[in-house]
Amino acid sequence: MNNDKNLYCIAATFNTPDEIINAAKKVSGAGYTHFDVNTPYPVHGMDDAMKLKPSKLGFVTLVMGLAGASIALLFMYWNISVDYPLVIGGKPYFALPAFIPITFELTVLLATVSTVAAMIMLFFQLPDNKHPLHDTQYMKSVSNDKYGITIEAIDDKFNETEVENFLKKLNPLNIEYIYFPPVETYPIFQPKFLLLLAGIALVVSGGTYFSLNKLMFMTPFTFMMDQDKLIPQKGSELFADGFGMRKPVAGTVARGFIPYPYKGQVNPTEVLSNPFLPTKENISLGKEKYDIYCSPCHGYFADGDSRLNGQFPNPPTLHSQRARDFSDGMLYHIMTNGQNVMPSYESQISRDERWAIVNYIRVLQRAKNASDADLTEMNKEAGNNVAN
Amino acid sequence: MSQTDFHYQKKELPASLTKFALILLSIGVVLSLIAFFVDRERALFGYLVTYMMIVSIAIGSLFMVALEYIAGADWSTPIRRIPEFFSKLLPFLFILVIPLLIFNHDLFHWAHEEAVAEDKILQGKAPYLNITFFVIRTFVFLGLWTLFYWMMIKNSRKQDTTKDQNLTTKNIRLSAIFIPVFAISITFTAIDFMMSLEPHWFSTIYGVYFFSGLVVAALAAITLAVIMLKERGYFSPWMNDDHLFSLGALIFAFVNFWAYIAFSQYLLIWYADLPEESFWYLTRWNGSWAYISILLIIVQFLVPYFALLTQPSKKNPKRLKFISVWLLLAHFVDLFWLIMPNMNSMKDGYTFSWIDLVFPIAGVGFIILIFIMSYKKDNLLPIGDPKLKRGMDFHL
Ligand code: HEC
Repeated sequence: MNNDKNLYCIAATFNTPDEIINAAKKVSGAGYTHFDVNTPYPVHGMDDAMKLKPSKLGFVTLVMGLAGASIALLFMYWNISVDYPLVIGGKPYFALPAFIPITFELTVLLATVSTVAAMIMLFFQLPDNKHPLHDTQYMKSVSNDKYGITIEAIDDKFNETEVENFLKKLNPLNIEYIYFPPVETYPIFQPKFLLLLAGIALVVSGGTYFSLNKLMFMTPFTFMMDQDKLIPQKGSELFADGFGMRKPVAGTVARGFIPYPYKGQVNPTEVLSNPFLPTKENISLGKEKYDIYCSPCHGYFADGDSRLNGQFPNPPTLHSQRARDFSDGMLYHIMTNGQNVMPSYESQISRDERWAIVNYIRVLQRAKNASDADLTEMNKEAGNNVAN
Repeated sequence: MSQTDFHYQKKELPASLTKFALILLSIGVVLSLIAFFVDRERALFGYLVTYMMIVSIAIGSLFMVALEYIAGADWSTPIRRIPEFFSKLLPFLFILVIPLLIFNHDLFHWAHEEAVAEDKILQGKAPYLNITFFVIRTFVFLGLWTLFYWMMIKNSRKQDTTKDQNLTTKNIRLSAIFIPVFAISITFTAIDFMMSLEPHWFSTIYGVYFFSGLVVAALAAITLAVIMLKERGYFSPWMNDDHLFSLGALIFAFVNFWAYIAFSQYLLIWYADLPEESFWYLTRWNGSWAYISILLIIVQFLVPYFALLTQPSKKNPKRLKFISVWLLLAHFVDLFWLIMPNMNSMKDGYTFSWIDLVFPIAGVGFIILIFIMSYKKDNLLPIGDPKLKRGMDFHL
């Protein structure tokens, strides 16, 4: 007909659902594949009449649902069990039941959102919002009270006159030729559009500011915050002493903390005994920690010869008779408690590391005051090593 | 669309079915009696499991009938007689419950006066948990169920001859009243007959848990009966894929609902970890109970979930038949898991005994017999129902 326009399809409309089912059967039976039916509501049995294959949409749902489940699980596992392990409510780091609600939510969320998105993109070809059927007389009638069928020009069997005759035989109300709309282009950066963007930005940021800074502090939105509950560091009328927080029960010990019973005693009558054997690993751990924490004052070999000598009440040598006579527990006590100007190292060095340092100091002391037996022993070992 | 012209002609059930049911029932009853004399406690607990199974199917079926009326569904109208037949089990519960009432002492710890006297908690619960009130409750609930059964089924049957549309309206009203009665009565039934077996324990979602399992069981029984009849041509020529799909979708939905409720109950108790609540799950984690607990998740959720996930599988009669049988078993395992660990001798783990098998045998025979009985008196299709035609022509 009109040759400078590009034909999209030929459409026919009918009055009843039975007619459209019949038409769909005939059209699919005649071998057309690029055709579509538009009805004001879903007509039962249309899938069979159009010979539609089961939709592939379900796969999107399945894959995205499984993706949601695994993302949620991996994310929580990584966060709370591996990267920054947190004990919550006394549960294990990997507390599966607690993860299930979030896993469930994310599964459902990803599955549904992606199903809708896939549907819009696959069936309505989303970013393209200019479907040739839009704004046609045909679309107006089939979205109201008529039932329509369209045979598209891209169909292999398409031939204008044949299709028109074919459709006419079905006794339609009318037949319509639908063309692709002329391609229109709009410049994006029109002043009007920019103004609109600015307006939207203003409304969104204003709205956000208002709701987060003002609205939230107005009744009734404050109800969530003003609860009759105890808030840490705040007062409360519930208890006679007026404090909201309770003192821990006497004897309470923090998690992972073992109290030191001789804390603060200058000349303890009793000290702990060393729980570690002077093994190679233990001594090398002690050396590492000694070099870091003690050597700046006492020197690498505990001679009291560090560069602080003379600038500070001299850190003493640890090879004095006094220091050699200290029990292991006393050395530990000095590190834990401090002594006069030497501060306590309790908070810097862990319990086990302090014991390792004790073992290392013993090594240094024995090296400086080696007995003859020690020397023969050492030479024997050196000789053995050479022989080996 | 296709207008089915259909003239209903009643077709009897095969006599071999009656024979089959009678054989099952008599074998079951004889073995049950022997079991009762061999180990009374175990037999009573086993009997309770089967009793609750029959309660599930009976009251669940009446619930499905009421649901159809109240939702105005028409796809299920042509198969409504199946749940109606199953709900004929309700009046028989009056007889079936009697052993449980007589031997309450063997089942319920709270029925021991000397135990209550030493137990502060049981004393607090005594105003509710005492034999007199228990018996009253039981008969009131059974009475209500039977009353609603009788009124609704009478209306439905009368319609076959009178074709009076007002009877549908009447039944819609009755259903509206029945649903809250049903909700409350099954909650208390679950509490009375199952939760109170461990009288120190409590869970506020218990009634809903029982409900979710009960609907699955009733739907499975209905679907199984529908498909067996369909395979033998009782529903020809009108029954189509979409009827099956609707049944399958309902089963699928309630399988998920069961999992949702079961997990909710577990999550809260696990999270709070209060000793007075968590011990109930710990008992079910003792010894071999742990396997049954895990089995329950697989049997009642994972398998039916994946078996019914796709659309074609919900229309596949073979698949649906298999899953129906499977879910009936699953609900049985569920009830078994709820009830049996409360037996003193089984607290440390499940030990097999032939006694566990005899009651289900008798139960299956009994259910089939009652089905046949009501089938004989009634039409398979509610031929007077105004929605029947629409239901037969149903398409999704
Ligand atoms: C800030 C410098 C400093 C550091 C670091 C230091 N000390 Fe001391 N230490 C001193 C001083 C000063 C004294 C002498 C305290 C006094 O007057 O009694 C001392 C005393 C001692 C004594 C007692 C010696 C004696 O004869 O009474 C021992 C043992 C000791 N330190 C061990 C250590 C160990 C082990 C470390 C490493 C954890 C360490 N110190 C780190 C400054 C230091």
